[in-house]
Amino acid sequence: MSSSLHGRLDDVTGDAGYSEHPPRMGFFTDTSVCIGCKACEVACKEWNEVPDDGYELTGMSYDNTLELGASTWRHVAFVEKPLHPNTTDLGLPGMGPPGFDTHESGLGVTLPHGEDQAAESGDGGIRWLMSSDVCKHCTHAACLDVCPTGSLFRTEFGTVVVQPDICNGCGYCVPACPYGVIDLNKEDGRAFKCTLCYDRLKDGQTPACAQACPTESIQYGEVSELRERADLRLAELHEKGVDVARLYGRDPDDGVGGDGAFFLLLDEPEVYGLPPDPVVTTRDLGSIWKHVGAAAVALVGLGAASFLGRRSS
Amino acid sequence: MAEAHPVGFQWVMEAKRRGATIIHVDPRFTRTSAVSDIHVPIRAGSDIAFLGGLVNHVLTHDADFREYVVAYTNAASIVGEDFIDTEELDGLFSGFDPETGRYDPESWQYERTDEAPAAGQRDPAQAAGPVHEPDSDPRSGDRSTDDGGKRSKDLHEAAVSDTHGSGGAPIASKPPRDETLKDPRCVFQILKRHFARYTPEMVQQVCGIDPQVFAKVAEALTSNSGRERTSALCYAVGWTHHSTGAQTIRTASILQTLLGNIGRPGGGIMALRGHASIQGSTDIPTLFNILPGYIPMPHAAQHRDLDEFVKADAGKTGYWGNMRSYSVSLFKSWWGDAATAENDFCFDYLPRLTGDHSTYSTVKRQIDGRSKGYFVVGENPAVGSANGKMQRLGMANLDWLVVRDLQMIETATFWKNGPEIETGELVTDEIGTEIFFLPAASHVEKAGSFTQTQRMLQWRDKAVDPPGDARSELDFYYELGTRIREKLAGSTDEMDRPLLDLTWDYPSDEQGDVDGQAVLREINGTGADGKALSAFTQLKDDGSTRCGCWIYCGVYADEVNRARRRKPHWDQDLVAAEWGWAWPANRRILYNRASAAPDGTPWSERKRYVWWDAEQGKWVGSDVPDFIPDRAPDHVPAEGATGPDAIGGTDPFIMQTDGKAWLYAPLGVADGPLPAHYEPPESPVRNPLYSQQSNPGRRRVSTPSNPINPSLSEVFPYVFTSYRLTEHHTAGGMSRTLPYLTELQPEFFCEVSPRLAAERGLEHLGWATIVTARSAIEARVLVTDRMRSLRLGEQMVEQVGLPYHWGQNGITTGDSPNDLVNLTLDPNVYIQDKVGTCDIRPGRRPRGPALTAYVAAYRRRAGVHQDEPTNQRIDP
Repeated sequence: MSSSLHGRLDDVTGDAGYSEHPPRMGFFTDTSVCIGCKACEVACKEWNEVPDDGYELTGMSYDNTLELGASTWRHVAFVEKPLHPNTTDLGLPGMGPPGFDTHESGLGVTLPHGEDQAAESGDGGIRWLMSSDVCKHCTHAACLDVCPTGSLFRTEFGTVVVQPDICNGCGYCVPACPYGVIDLNKEDGRAFKCTLCYDRLKDGQTPACAQACPTESIQYGEVSELRERADLRLAELHEKGVDVARLYGRDPDDGVGGDGAFFLLLDEPEVYGLPPDPVVTTRDLGSIWKHVGAAAVALVGLGAASFLGRRSS
Repeated sequence: MAEAHPVGFQWVMEAKRRGATIIHVDPRFTRTSAVSDIHVPIRAGSDIAFLGGLVNHVLTHDADFREYVVAYTNAASIVGEDFIDTEELDGLFSGFDPETGRYDPESWQYERTDEAPAAGQRDPAQAAGPVHEPDSDPRSGDRSTDDGGKRSKDLHEAAVSDTHGSGGAPIASKPPRDETLKDPRCVFQILKRHFARYTPEMVQQVCGIDPQVFAKVAEALTSNSGRERTSALCYAVGWTHHSTGAQTIRTASILQTLLGNIGRPGGGIMALRGHASIQGSTDIPTLFNILPGYIPMPHAAQHRDLDEFVKADAGKTGYWGNMRSYSVSLFKSWWGDAATAENDFCFDYLPRLTGDHSTYSTVKRQIDGRSKGYFVVGENPAVGSANGKMQRLGMANLDWLVVRDLQMIETATFWKNGPEIETGELVTDEIGTEIFFLPAASHVEKAGSFTQTQRMLQWRDKAVDPPGDARSELDFYYELGTRIREKLAGSTDEMDRPLLDLTWDYPSDEQGDVDGQAVLREINGTGADGKALSAFTQLKDDGSTRCGCWIYCGVYADEVNRARRRKPHWDQDLVAAEWGWAWPANRRILYNRASAAPDGTPWSERKRYVWWDAEQGKWVGSDVPDFIPDRAPDHVPAEGATGPDAIGGTDPFIMQTDGKAWLYAPLGVADGPLPAHYEPPESPVRNPLYSQQSNPGRRRVSTPSNPINPSLSEVFPYVFTSYRLTEHHTAGGMSRTLPYLTELQPEFFCEVSPRLAAERGLEHLGWATIVTARSAIEARVLVTDRMRSLRLGEQMVEQVGLPYHWGQNGITTGDSPNDLVNLTLDPNVYIQDKVGTCDIRPGRRPRGPALTAYVAAYRRRAGVHQDEPTNQRIDP
C-alpha cells in the first residue's frame, strides 16, 4: 500500500487501500448558527466515555475546557470581540448619546457592517463568536503517516481513528498534527482524539455531537455533499451581506488536501485559534526519504569506500 | 432563549435562516444576543416601559392592524365615567385604597347598558341570584388582606388572573361600542392617553435604551405585522419574576393584539417555562388556587355548595359557561360512585381557601410556626427560591420535611451545611425538623407525559430502570395513598371520607410500574358506557361522565394515547397535528378564528390558516378551528343567550365573556386595568413616569429576614439580576453533580462591565463580595463588554449579573444569589421580584458570625430597620 502524502486526492479511502468502500463521511460545522450550548462536548464525552477535564474557571469567556485534547474531542470556543474598541462610555459628560457611530443604516442606527454573530446595540457593541472545533480528519493526515504501530488508521469512511489498544504512546502523532488536535492522555500516555464516532458510523448512526446539536451547526454527511451545502450557505450569507463569512478546510487543494471536517467561520481562522494555512507536516516525507535514501546510499558508499580504501591501502 | 432553552431555540435559528429578524432584549449580551440581528440592552425590571413605548409607537403612528383591532378587540368598548387613569392620579388608578394597598375595580367597568346594578353588585353574571356578600365579589380584584384587613369578607384571595383560568373575568353583557374609535371613553382612546408619555425619550430615561435602537425595533416589529406578516414574542422569567410581572405580560398582550398577532400563524406570545412540564403542572395544577383545567379552588365561605360555586360562571358567554359539567365530571373522576347528585357530587370533599396559601406565604407561616409539614418534590428551595435565608429558617422550624430528589440537594442538608450554620444563626443540634430523603427516578427512568409551552402533551416511554430504591412520583404517591387508606380503613370519621372514597385503583404495566397511561385515560375521561371520551363538549353535569381535566379531554380519544404520536413533521403539513396532542381538542393555535377576517376569508393568502367555507357551512383549515364549527361569520346571537350560544360570528376570543381580546381589563387584574411602569421595590432610579415609585399593589412580606434596601440609596447603588447558564439547570441539583456539566461552568461567578470594574476596583478572575440588606455572597469576577453600562439621561446605571446555580453541595460549590433576592410579590400571582439593588466590593466575604455583622453594618448605613423591614422610604 502506498498512499499519497500531499496534494489533491479525490478518493482518500481508495488511496488508503480500500477497493470497495462507502463514501467519505465528515462534518460541516457552520459556526454562524452555533449558539454555544456545548451539547456536542457533552454528547461526545457521554458516548465515548471521555474523562472530564478538571474543574477550573479559566476566565476565557464561557470556555472552560480551552482546547481539543485527550479529554476533549469536541471543543466550543467562545471569542468576545469588541466591535469598536476604546469607546467604553465612562459616564463622563459631553460624550454624546450612546450608539453614535460613523457607519449607520438607513434608520440611523449603528449596524454591524457585514458581520454576523454581532448584534450591535450602540456603544460598546460586541461580537461573541462561538465555534465547535473537532479533529479535521485530514485528507493527508500526518498523524497517521508518522504512527509507527499502525494504531492510527484510515477507516472505510475516510476518517482517521486511533486504536488505543495498539497505541504505544510514542507521541509522534502529537507534533505531526498541524492543528494541535491529537494529544496524549497524561495518565496512561496513549494518544486520543475524535473518532468521528466510528462505532456509530458502522451502525449507520450519526456521530453523537451532530446528533445532539440543536441548531444544525454540526452537520454530518458525505463530504462531497457537505461541500455543496457549505458552498450554498456561504453564497447565501454573502448575499445577505455577511461578507466576513468564509469556509475553512473545505478546499481539496489546500495544504492538507482538504479536511473531512471543515467549517464556516465568521472571522479569520486565527481568531478561533485555528492555523490560517495548515500544511500536512509529512508533505515532504517523500522527498525527505529520497534525501535520506540518498544520504544513506552516500553513507554506505562512503563506508564501502573506506573499506575499499583500507583494503586498498 | 438560546441560553436557557437551546433546544427550542433551534426553531428561532430555523426562522432566521428563512429570513426572520431576531431581536433580543436583555440586560446582558447572551448566547441569544450573539446570533440575533439586534440586541437591546435594558435595565432589569423596566420592561413595561419598553413595551409601553412600543404600544405608544403603534398608536401614534397608526401602525395597528385597524380592521383586526376594531372587530376582534375591546378597543371600541366604552368604559364607564368613573374610571380615572394614572395620568390624572400620578401613577394610581381609581379605586385604590392606600390603607390596604388594594384596588377596588368597580370604577374600571365598561359603561352599563342595563339598569344600574345594586350597590356593590359588581358581577352582573351574579345578578340572577342573591348576592350573599353584598359588597364583595369573589371575582373582583377587591380582596381582604391575609392578616385580617378592615374589610373582613371572605373573598377570593386567590390570584384573580388564574382563578379565571383561560376564561378571563366575567363581565357584563356586551358593552356599548364605538367602532369609529373616536369616543373619548372608548378603550382605544384611553389606551392612547395612557401610553402617550411612553415616548422613545422616556424609554431611554427608564430603560437606558438608545432612541435609535428603539426606533429600529419599533420599525422591525410594526413592518413585520399586519395582514401579510406576523411577529411572535417569546419570554421567560425575565418578564414574569417581578412585582409587576403579570402586567408585563399584559403589556405584551396589548402590543400583540394591536398588531393583530394573536390567533394567527407566526404570531402569539410564547412563555418559555423553566422546567419540562411547568405548563402541565398548571393544567393539572400544583398551585393552591386552582383545580385541574383552571377551575377555581372553592372558597370557604363564598362557595358553600356546588350551585354557588358554579354560579359566577354559569351565565357566561363561551365555553366557560359549562363549568358545572367540567366540575361535576372532575368530582366523578375523583370519587366515582360515591359522588351523586344527592350529595352535590362530593363538592364538600374539596378543601377550601381561606386566604393566600401561596408558596411564599407558606414559608412565612413556617417561620411563624404555623405550618409544620413540608413536601419538597423536584425543587430545591434552599437554593432556587428567593430569599434563601427565609426558606431555610422556615424549614428549620418544621416538624417534618420530605425531600424527593435525584440528588442530595441543599434543601435536604441545610441543617448541617447551610449558610446559617456557618454564621451560627442556626445550630444543628437545635433544629427539630425530622427530614426524610427519598430517592426519585429521573425522566428517563419512568414513563409519562410532558406538557410544553404550546400546551402540547408528549409522551415518553421508560428507557432504563431507576437505580436502587429510586421511584417515580406516580409510584410513590400511589403507594403513599394506598398506605394512608389502609391506615384509615374502617374509619367512621367524616373527615376521612374524601380519602376513603377516592377512586384509587390503577393497574400496573408490564414492568410492574403503576401504569401512567391509565392515569392519562382517567384524565381524558369516560362516558356512561365506560369508553374514553373524545371531546370536552361531551361532558355532562348529571354525573354520567367522568373527566380528570376537561381541557385534556380527547387526549385518549378512541382509546389511543394521542400524546404518544410521533409522526415526523416532514411526513405531514406545517401544523403537524399528528405529533403529540395539544389541549384543547388538539388545537395548535388558540383563538385561530382570528386568522380570518370578519367575513370569514383569510386575511391574506400568505397567512391563510382557518377560514369559513360557505359551501360546507363550516370553518375549515389546517388546524382545528377554535370556534363553533358551523357558526357563520355573520351570526348575531339572540338577546339573552348564554354559554357558547352567546358567541357572535366575529367573536374569536371565545373564552372571554365578550368574545373580544382585552386591551383594557375592566376586571381580573389586581393592580390595574392597564399596565404602568413602576420601579422594582429596590431601585437606584426614581420613577421618571409617576411619583408613585413602586407598584402600589405589590405584596410586601414583612419579616426580619426580609429587609428591603431603600431605593436611591448610595449604600446600594447597583442593580443585580440573576439568570441561568446553558451549562447548568436551575438550582443545580441536576448539573453541579455531574462532571461533564460541572467542568463546563466550574465555579460561581458574577459578570460586570469594564466601567463598574474600574469604579469598584474589581479584577477579572478575582473575587467580589455582593451585599444587600439580607445577606452578602462572594463570587469570582468576569469583567466583560457583554455587560453594558446604561445611560439613563444624566445617570449611569450598572448591573451585576449573577447566574444562580450554585449552593453548598455537588462537585463545585458556591454561594447562592437567591440569598440576595428580596421577597416582594406581584399581587396577581405572588411571584417575587428577581431584581434588587446591591453593593459590590473586591475581595471575599467575611466568614462565620463576621458575615452577619458585616451585613448589619450595611443595614445601619442604609437606614434599614429590621423591625419595619419593608419600609419603602426614599431618600430625598
